[in-house]
Amino acid sequence: MANKDTKKTKKEKEQKSAEKLNLAQCSNAACGAGSGKERKLTGEKIKVTINDKELEVDKGLTILEAARKHNIHIPSLCYHEDLCVAGICRVCVVEIEGERTLKTACTYVVDRPIKIKTSSEKVRKARKFVLELMLANHFGECYSCFRNLNCELQKLAQEYGIDQLRFGHVTTPRYKVDKSSYAVVRDKDKCILCKRCIRTCVDLQEVGVLEAANRGIDTKVQTFFDKPLAEVVCINCGQCINRCPTSALRANDPTEQVWEAIDDPNKIVIIQTAPSPRAAIGELFGLPAGTSVTKKLNTALRMLGFDKVFDTNFTADLTIMEEGTEFLTRVKEVLVNKNKKVKLPMFTSCCPGWVKYAEHFYPEILDNLSTCKSPQQMFGAILKTYYAEKTGVDPAKIVTVALMPCSAKKFECNRPEMKSSGYKDVDYGLTTRELAQMIKEAGINLPELTESDFDHPLGLGSGAGLIFGATGGVMEAALRTVYEIVTGREVPFKNLDIMPVRGMEWIREAVIKFEKVKPEYKFLEGAEVKIAVAHGTANAKKIVDEILAGRGFWHFIEIMACPGGCLGGGGQPIPTNLEIREARARAIYSEDEALALRKSHENPEILQIYKEYFGEPNSHKAHKLLHTHYTPRGRY
Amino acid sequence: MLIDSKKQILFSEFTPGYGLSIALKMSPEKIIDIMIRSTLRGRGGAGFPTGLKWQATAKAQKTPKYIVCNADEGEPGTFKDRILLSDYSEKLFEGMTIAGKAVGSNKGIVYLRGEYRYLLKKLDKVLNRLRKIGYLGKNILNSGFDFDIEIVLGSGAYICGEETALIESLEGNRGEARNKPPFPTDEGYLGCPTVVNNVETFSYVPYIINKGADWFMEIGTEKSKGSKLFSISGDVKFPGVYELPFGVSIAEILELVGARDTKAVQVGGASGICISKKDFDKPLAFESLPPGGSIIVFNKSRDMLKVLKNFIEFFVEESCGQCTPCREGNYRLLEAVEKLERGECSINYLKVLRKLAESMKYTSKCGLGQTSPNAFLSIIDNFKGEILARPKKVND
Ligand SMILES: Cc1cc2nc3c(=O)[nH]c(=O)nc-3n(C[C@H](O)[C@H](O)[C@H](O)COP(=O)(O)O)c2cc1C
Ligand code: SF4
Ligand code: SF4
Ligand code: SF4
Ligand code: SF4
Ligand code: FES
Repeated sequence: MANKDTKKTKKEKEQKSAEKLNLAQCSNAACGAGSGKERKLTGEKIKVTINDKELEVDKGLTILEAARKHNIHIPSLCYHEDLCVAGICRVCVVEIEGERTLKTACTYVVDRPIKIKTSSEKVRKARKFVLELMLANHFGECYSCFRNLNCELQKLAQEYGIDQLRFGHVTTPRYKVDKSSYAVVRDKDKCILCKRCIRTCVDLQEVGVLEAANRGIDTKVQTFFDKPLAEVVCINCGQCINRCPTSALRANDPTEQVWEAIDDPNKIVIIQTAPSPRAAIGELFGLPAGTSVTKKLNTALRMLGFDKVFDTNFTADLTIMEEGTEFLTRVKEVLVNKNKKVKLPMFTSCCPGWVKYAEHFYPEILDNLSTCKSPQQMFGAILKTYYAEKTGVDPAKIVTVALMPCSAKKFECNRPEMKSSGYKDVDYGLTTRELAQMIKEAGINLPELTESDFDHPLGLGSGAGLIFGATGGVMEAALRTVYEIVTGREVPFKNLDIMPVRGMEWIREAVIKFEKVKPEYKFLEGAEVKIAVAHGTANAKKIVDEILAGRGFWHFIEIMACPGGCLGGGGQPIPTNLEIREARARAIYSEDEALALRKSHENPEILQIYKEYFGEPNSHKAHKLLHTHYTPRGRY
Repeated sequence: MLIDSKKQILFSEFTPGYGLSIALKMSPEKIIDIMIRSTLRGRGGAGFPTGLKWQATAKAQKTPKYIVCNADEGEPGTFKDRILLSDYSEKLFEGMTIAGKAVGSNKGIVYLRGEYRYLLKKLDKVLNRLRKIGYLGKNILNSGFDFDIEIVLGSGAYICGEETALIESLEGNRGEARNKPPFPTDEGYLGCPTVVNNVETFSYVPYIINKGADWFMEIGTEKSKGSKLFSISGDVKFPGVYELPFGVSIAEILELVGARDTKAVQVGGASGICISKKDFDKPLAFESLPPGGSIIVFNKSRDMLKVLKNFIEFFVEESCGQCTPCREGNYRLLEAVEKLERGECSINYLKVLRKLAESMKYTSKCGLGQTSPNAFLSIIDNFKGEILARPKKVND
């Protein structure tokens, strides 16, 4: 693109103010968005009349934002709080006095006193036509659709009382469903061309897999050269799924296979649950966002027929032991032994979306990625080795299922190298949404269940492992352990809460000074360790570009591909927005705060597994089972 | 001959550099004042007052500013800009330079329709000559004002003639219309204040500056001053480009171009409206029959449903596909025409589609979708008899 540079600088400039507005701003049309004013709220108020009611609204808000602030409902479809505006579905049109045409509330910035009608006859008819036109070209029946009762199109059809399809209705599929990817399934027949996925992939994530192709009635969302999703640079983050209003995008669902395994008496089906789904699954059962249901979920999983229920926090702790040790070794190799082969900064590697992003776009930094497998994969590996040996079961009989907030984990568990136990480490990755569906199908009402504990061993996780679910959590967990290993003292933050790495700002940095270190870490005396945390691959890109340009230097960097970290993962309940992600984060942090065990290296079951099996972190055996390697991939 | 063809503007005598040298001695405010007083309205279709557009751009805070000439001329049946580009481009370039002076811009861009690629050499030659004689480039005519013009080839889609899609295309993006507001005068090319005017619009400017607003306003109607170029085609003896004053009636034009047995006239290209005999006396002016750039004449041998189908097919093809009403709506209109052809369209369904077409006019994102229903509505209304007289299979 010719104006890439101008675009970028403008974008960067807008980042700060855009964040305040909770709106990714862009002024390019990759998304068809067109120009978005650099909107800064000055605090100035403007008198606006909405439906004969006089209101004072902030100058610079769009009509849609202003209306929502005042609890006035205007429907929307292509609009998404996380994305730049497109103004293309035309569902949000309103009438503005003096304007010849209707205007889209999602794009129209209030900068002078105006009179708005949000539901005049003209408006209602226009919206109804828009919806009918969409539905006429929409192949699908709601009752056989996974978004049934959670579909924005369906909801609007209901809201506008669509009881006939005057322009007809497609009766046969026109496209093949693309099931090539382990993570994301695309059904173009359900697509209403709102381009939320494109804006997610191009602007929010800066991966750029999806684009609009063709014109007019032939317009469609397409991958590069219309290739199957598995063959393009898709990082499987599933962020597009979470922002698709319909079922045109969904995760590749292994529920059937999981049921089959459960129903097979010869199989031992073990599930591990990650912290983020536990803080979110309640939303699918009518609980408010930010309600953690960890122990009720354990009960539900047993009712479903899982033989054992374990806590991914356990292997998150294991990850911290391995990764923390790796980090200290790297620092020593670089600083003391001047080993040119060892690379700093070290990037975290527990996010498979980020790993694949790096493999595609930054193969030159793959040596900077920690070699640690993700907690999910570590868990699978130890279940089929240590655990099988310990309990005397044939690992061939074990089916490992992982409840994850993530669609990329589905791809990860199918990576050919993830078999160091001799078996597929993790057999199936289930998303939060898929598990909720299983629970519903079994007639279980999750919120009503009594609580029960995880199975042991491998069922004990620390608060450090728990906060992996939020952006910054891995870094915080690692620091709690590394600092203490090096100095013998607790990390110098009140109540162990390392606030500088928390929050939803896209990129966060901190410097940790190591003083009065233990003798064996003398090389770190007085060292100022620079760390950074980024979430959303667009922000990872910024960091890596800074490093490659020689402008930025850090020692240790946490990257999560999804906005908000895992709690905003592509397998989490739909809808998503900043408010929901913040609520989930609060749930996770307050759970951590309530725990007695908040440091990975103090987890007795972790100490036990090293004693009984691995010896010490980064041991030969640990390397074989808990570490991995990466594959440079092309950009096309 | 009813038409006073003595009074022409664009095809009247022209001394290159005259208007420019006068403008360079004026303040920007003065130039804009003359432009506003002349009431010149854009000749690219929408008819927005040019002086006000320049004023808005001049007032915009951000810099740099750009002057963009819309030479995408993609409306079927329109070829008036081509003549100006090929034979009279000094007028256009001079007009753009004066616009630059008026709004405080040093850079002009001509977005040239891809099919007019063959004109590129010729236009570059003219630009070079103007540079050589000091009418373009640094310190124009020793006034201290710098301005230069670059020609960029268009990408071939009709939608790229819409000013914001044109800007997107200039920026290297897919040609898709932006949301308005913000208007290009505030945020145009590269997010900077931009004047977008039609070739013809710019070409009037040196005359107006040279001879004054009053001279320009001598002809035309109350609300549409001056003259206008019309590309006249279809069932006529003398097709071509005519400069005619506003207020001229269709009947007068038909006579001028030797049209016989005329049944229908499409005024304003595919996005315009199709009128029948009863309206032939109406004057062409923004306030009655908005003229656009082209007039297409159909005689009694034409099948109006076929005519309509051609227009709608054009829009189905050319819709950029962004917004629902235009992408889906035009397709449904085409479907209905096909039903009408087969005699399968019920009166009731036609009524629904009429309403849909009306709704598309004010719900679509850009001018394309807002004007594409015009042909449908006007042909269905003005030639109802002919269209419904076709054999019917279904009726309800
Ligand atoms: C679909 C579409 C196509 C257009 N094509 C052209 C064109 O080819 N040439 C042009 O001058 N204006 C075209 N316009 C009008 C422009 O958007 C814009 O109004 C015009 O360039 C402004 O110049 P003016 O004020 O001098 O008329 C088109 C508008 C639409 C909606
Ligand atoms: S995507 Fe929505 S509207 Fe379409 S079939 Fe599914 S639930 Fe119904
Ligand atoms: S999963 Fe992520 S990378 Fe893949 S298409 Fe969706 S947003 Fe883009
Ligand atoms: S796939 Fe979903 S998000 Fe993407 S354009 Fe279609 S409906 Fe919108
Ligand atoms: S009205 Fe048509 S051409 Fe204009 S933005 Fe909408 S789809 Fe594109
Ligand atoms: S929500 Fe405003 S146009 Fe789609």
